[in-house]
Amino acid sequence: MAQLTYREAVAAAIAQEMERDETVAFIGEDVARAGGVFKATVGLFDKFGPRRVIDTPISEQAILGAAMGAAMTGMRPIAEIMFSDFLAVCWDFVANEMSKSRYMSDGQLKCPLVVRTGNGGGSRFGAQHSQSIENWAMAIPGIKVVAPSTPADVKGLLAASIRDNDPVIFFEHKSLYAVKGEVPEGEYVDTLGTAKVVREGKDATIIALALMVPRAIAAADKLMQEHGIDIEVVDLRTLVPLDMKTISKSVSKTGRLFTVEENPRLCGWGAEIVSIVVDELFWDLDGPAVRITTPHIPLPAADNLEDIAIPSVDRIYNKILEVLK
Amino acid sequence: MATKQTLQNDDINEKKRLELYNTQYLIRVAEQRAYDLFLENLVKGTSHLSLGQEAIASGFANAMQENDKSFCTYRGHAHTLARGASVVGVLGELMQRDCGLMRGKGGSMHLTDTSKGVMGSYAIIGAHLPMAVGSAWRAQYLGHDDVATVFFGDGTTNIGAFHEALNYAVVYKLPVVFVCENNNYMEYTHIESITAVKNPAADRASAYGLESIIIDGNDADEVYRTAQKAYEKARAGEGPSLIECKTYRQSGHSRADPGAYRPKGELEHWKKNNDPITRYRERLIEFGIKQNVINDIEDNVKDLVDQATEKAKNSPVPPEDILTTNVYANGGWAWRN
Ligand SMILES: Cc1ncc(C[n+]2csc(CCOP(=O)(O)OP(=O)(O)O)c2C)c(N)n1
Ligand SMILES: [Mg+2]
Repeated sequence: MAQLTYREAVAAAIAQEMERDETVAFIGEDVARAGGVFKATVGLFDKFGPRRVIDTPISEQAILGAAMGAAMTGMRPIAEIMFSDFLAVCWDFVANEMSKSRYMSDGQLKCPLVVRTGNGGGSRFGAQHSQSIENWAMAIPGIKVVAPSTPADVKGLLAASIRDNDPVIFFEHKSLYAVKGEVPEGEYVDTLGTAKVVREGKDATIIALALMVPRAIAAADKLMQEHGIDIEVVDLRTLVPLDMKTISKSVSKTGRLFTVEENPRLCGWGAEIVSIVVDELFWDLDGPAVRITTPHIPLPAADNLEDIAIPSVDRIYNKILEVLK
Repeated sequence: MATKQTLQNDDINEKKRLELYNTQYLIRVAEQRAYDLFLENLVKGTSHLSLGQEAIASGFANAMQENDKSFCTYRGHAHTLARGASVVGVLGELMQRDCGLMRGKGGSMHLTDTSKGVMGSYAIIGAHLPMAVGSAWRAQYLGHDDVATVFFGDGTTNIGAFHEALNYAVVYKLPVVFVCENNNYMEYTHIESITAVKNPAADRASAYGLESIIIDGNDADEVYRTAQKAYEKARAGEGPSLIECKTYRQSGHSRADPGAYRPKGELEHWKKNNDPITRYRERLIEFGIKQNVINDIEDNVKDLVDQATEKAKNSPVPPEDILTTNVYANGGWAWRN
């Protein structure tokens, strides 16, 4: 095991895959010589050179379109869209093109590519640079959606995304880039569509994603210490494919479900999970399923406002206490 | 050495020249203050300074009439100040205080002051070009005499919205002025390494039937004269202009950027030989304007910025209840009953 930051794990995964597969190449704005605005791809340009690690113009449609064309014809490109908010300017390629070409061609076309993007709040960047848009991606049939919370998961799931034969939107959380953790050395590939129980418990289940995972764990620890409430925390890791087996097992065991979501409330990913649970596990529930989300508002820039908008450890703790009491 | 001759007043009279200088100097001092406040950890989030690019904001704003509209990017402090927005409001927004132009809800990248014609600052590259086109459409449609000006960078010429907006504006002969501030860099990448043509805006003008206009963006007089011509043309119903201003960003791209990508000596060269403020100060002297007049302008600006800084520092953070205001037109955020 090596100690890597979340951002170092990004570069490690890309390097690992580029070394074993010449068809893996990486494009994006300021990703090569500068190593990315979040410094997540430092060293790749020096290692693999300008043929495989490419600085592009500010042309998001061309970036995703080119990645798609290359993927359709034999490559496994990785494209970076710097902030996930910018995906809106090239959403055609996500919503209408890469997600549909396999289906429309009845399997003749394939699109094995990864779109990496910086997602989420906490940086005081305001409404156009802070959004959590994983639920937008989840709403589109034909793409896979990944959002890791730890450096190890970044390495393993990014490698798996690159090897996957479908287009994958890979959400990296901007507020997690500096987080350190143990990462397996050598070739390491995880499995898409697998959630993980990251804290075992018996009284209630929290399902969380990305930055919300460490917050859910901290809230659970506090609930245990202060009230003896024993919470199980499930890190979803990928939204599509959704690991309902792991979710169902946990909810059946605890009888209570909370989701902690950074996306704004309406049609957030938790709504889908709650609806499946109500549908399939209704009789296992001992009480209402509760979603803890960012309110249905654009995000403010000011730190004191952003901090009360996005679910915090305290908000998670207070809400669960209120509901379970 | 030849003795310097005092120049006679030309089409730009003394009063206007002093205004052009005042605006440039205000931007310089306010932007430096923004940087200092950042070092003091008082600027939260990000910020993008226009140090070195002051002549463009000053030249255009001083050629505008009051009802003209400005559309800015995240690098928009300069254009917002140039239209006369309050310095407290700008610095306060950077510091995310309640006194900020948008009470901390927007942040440095989205400065807006509609009372001064600043129709917002936008952080998704390219988005505000079509918006300026729409403002011009409204002016044409309702018979208003205002012109929309949209400021953007060299890097922005490579996104589709730039091309769509230009074609659209030309087709409908709309009163909009497209101003490309070519500061050589798209973030950390030199513009020439990622653009098909040498002059990213001007070399594309012919594709839309527009005149190719390249000016010295560090000469406020040249900017001012070019702006005047473009506004006259727009108000006469003769359609849009695209103006490429050559300039140089003396600060980093954003707050944390040390500028490691610049070739050695490049920044120093621009600061020493082609700084818009230094050049304009020399121009004023050449026109026989007394040093004490210049000093007065500078002292007033410094006082103004000092006072604004104090006010902003003493302003509280925004109250929590504004988190959910102004999501919808009724002032609230309710999406269900
Ligand atoms: C659609 C989109 N893509 C990328 C970015 C990230 N970004 C912010 S500023 C910038 C560079 C813009 O360069 P330029 O247009 O030259 O303006 P300058 O910053 O030099 O004023 C980039 C790529 C963005 N904000 N929006
Ligand atoms: Mg630029």
